[in-house]
Amino acid sequence: MSARFFTIWFRHLTTDWLTRRQPELQNIPFVFAALVHGRMVITAANIRAETQGIRSGMPVADAKAIVPGLQVFDALPDKESQLLQALGEWCIRYTPLVAVDLPDGLILDISGCPHLWGGEREYLREVITKLRAIGYDVRGAIADTIGTSWAVSRYGRIKPIIESGEQSAALHPLPPAALRLEPELLDKLHKLGLQQVGNFMTMPGRILRRRFGNTLLSRLSQALGYEIEAIQPLFPPAPYEERLPCLEPIRTATGIEIAIQTLLEKLCLRLQQEGKGLRTATLKGYRTDNRMVQASIGTSRASHHVQHLFKLFELKIPSIEPALGIELFTLEAEQTEEVAAAQEAFWTAGPGLNNPSVAELLDRLAGKVGADSIRRYLPQEHYWPERSIKQTPSLEEQPTTSWRTDKPRPVQLLAKPEPIEVTAPIPDYPPMLFRYKGKLHEIKRADGPERIEREWWLDGGEHRDYYSVEDKEGRRYWLFRSGHYSGQQSQWFIHGFFA
Amino acid sequence: MPEKADIIFQLQKDILRLQGYRSVQQDNAPVIDLGPVNTAFPNGVFPTGAIHEFLCPLTEQAAATSGFVSALTGSLMQFGGACIWISVSRTLFPPSLKTFGIEPHRVVFIDLQRTKDALWALEEALKCEGLAAVIAELPEIGFTQSRRLQLAVEQSKVTGFILRTSSRSVGTTASAARWQITPLPSAMENDMPGVGYPRWQVELLKVRNGRNGVWKMEWSEGRYNILQEPSSSKHVQTHQLKAG
Repeated sequence: MSARFFTIWFRHLTTDWLTRRQPELQNIPFVFAALVHGRMVITAANIRAETQGIRSGMPVADAKAIVPGLQVFDALPDKESQLLQALGEWCIRYTPLVAVDLPDGLILDISGCPHLWGGEREYLREVITKLRAIGYDVRGAIADTIGTSWAVSRYGRIKPIIESGEQSAALHPLPPAALRLEPELLDKLHKLGLQQVGNFMTMPGRILRRRFGNTLLSRLSQALGYEIEAIQPLFPPAPYEERLPCLEPIRTATGIEIAIQTLLEKLCLRLQQEGKGLRTATLKGYRTDNRMVQASIGTSRASHHVQHLFKLFELKIPSIEPALGIELFTLEAEQTEEVAAAQEAFWTAGPGLNNPSVAELLDRLAGKVGADSIRRYLPQEHYWPERSIKQTPSLEEQPTTSWRTDKPRPVQLLAKPEPIEVTAPIPDYPPMLFRYKGKLHEIKRADGPERIEREWWLDGGEHRDYYSVEDKEGRRYWLFRSGHYSGQQSQWFIHGFFA
Repeated sequence: MPEKADIIFQLQKDILRLQGYRSVQQDNAPVIDLGPVNTAFPNGVFPTGAIHEFLCPLTEQAAATSGFVSALTGSLMQFGGACIWISVSRTLFPPSLKTFGIEPHRVVFIDLQRTKDALWALEEALKCEGLAAVIAELPEIGFTQSRRLQLAVEQSKVTGFILRTSSRSVGTTASAARWQITPLPSAMENDMPGVGYPRWQVELLKVRNGRNGVWKMEWSEGRYNILQEPSSSKHVQTHQLKAG
């Protein structure tokens, strides 16, 4: 049986996609445009715009002159490939071999498939009507070769299905562009008056090669089936999921442990082979009473280490209630990441946060006490003490600015400054005494003031004048006065303790 | 026939070795240079891979102790290690750690609500060999718990610092050393005005196989400077907390 290929052409791929997302654009001419050499050039136009004479490659200014109500959207890079990838994965229901043909097509190897739909005609109609129903303006053609089906899907006028062995007859009336040639070559053919493939198809190969190079000949022989053309089929990623049906319902913690261990070994083997590690995973247990119990874990860095992941699940086992028994376990890794293959430890990994044992420890802690209680801080470029640090959930994130040590900062900082009673002699002098929690502190030494202004673009209020002071017993405090000195009305606060 | 004293000396050395004290500095082991304080420890080496507890019932003492412990941890982290700071009610301000030689972003803070969780986290952290030090601020710790922690560090060789913030009772614990740090008035050169470098009175209240002592020291230019000769160990029992 000879091979059969089915090529689908999406005439307005990106614009159809946008119309599907925003149905109100149905009757409005709109285009996608991108900046090329300093001017906005149309990359795709919808059917409304095309009927009014707008083509892709036109500058936006020209197009707006033709159609004043034209809507212009920024072109989305790589959108075509994403869309085709998704549509290709959808097409796997019709044939196992689907390839993306950038920028606007799909190639399906349908050898041995159409009879399941009752013949090629029905098969083609099925695919095309389904895609049109979704909202894509498509054309399709079936032929023995990729070249011919491509040509017929784009330029064919008579029939979409080319019978086996009739490629040359089908290509005969088509323009040379149907052979997927470069614009320069098409120009040359056009100048020589070769308006149809039939004009030069029968010319001897050496003449064509001398005049037009190898490309034309190879494209022609690909279309006619003399030269094999390969496609690269899509492989949809299989979800990282493992199932474990149980012969007898599992009711004990030991049984659950064995189930988790078995599932993790299977899952981690696959993850390891693909160089991935999991970040989150969910264990689901389907019980005999039709209920479902589940437990989730998360790791701070991608891991496929069975023992470590098992320890994380082990903490969750008490929360899994088997009731009458669990019949089926599934384990799914929802979030996976590439993991750098760890060098087999010749000598143990260096110290620091990159050490895998530290990451595993933090995962264990997060599993028990919650990830929100684990904190790490990075410096922020703010003078306001409360804002000079920011919390980060990641272990890898490095500071973008250095930690400042030029100004004294207390070891202990109260979350909220506490008001104190103060006796201050004269404006802008540190206080002589202050009372905090009922205890009187006589100040012997002091530094300051260090004025820290509020960041008015973030919040309003008074500035603070900070003093670092030391009392008679040698205890060091960080005090501030809120706002300017105003006699007895001045508000004083204690904000921290120095070492 | 060897002398009796020699036998006892040899046995004492063996006991120290069995208890995990290092006699000679290993090449890439972190060095903690406390000057004359080191003479108080067995073999004259600051015992790393052990539990040290600090009594700090007052907030001001807690601040001073945080500074002292941060400086110790800074020396332990000098080869790029990481540190975990477990706390039940933390007020520590991370940027200040930089003054004591720690990169604050290399410290992971674990803030918990309950002491029970904190003790569990502390034990887990002390079992992790990849850490340079673990610091915990806890109100209380009992003998059983401290024994568990000590057993954990004997395996992993991680140094643990426990800051006990409650003043109720001191009790018996299995830790290698018990300290109390009290802030002292600072001094400026030529009696100039202003607040000087932090000064502390460092009391070693209890140390296993070592001698107690009291020292006054100042933290300046990234190291400890002893202010005067240590007072004799007979006058040590000046702390106001009662054992038992």
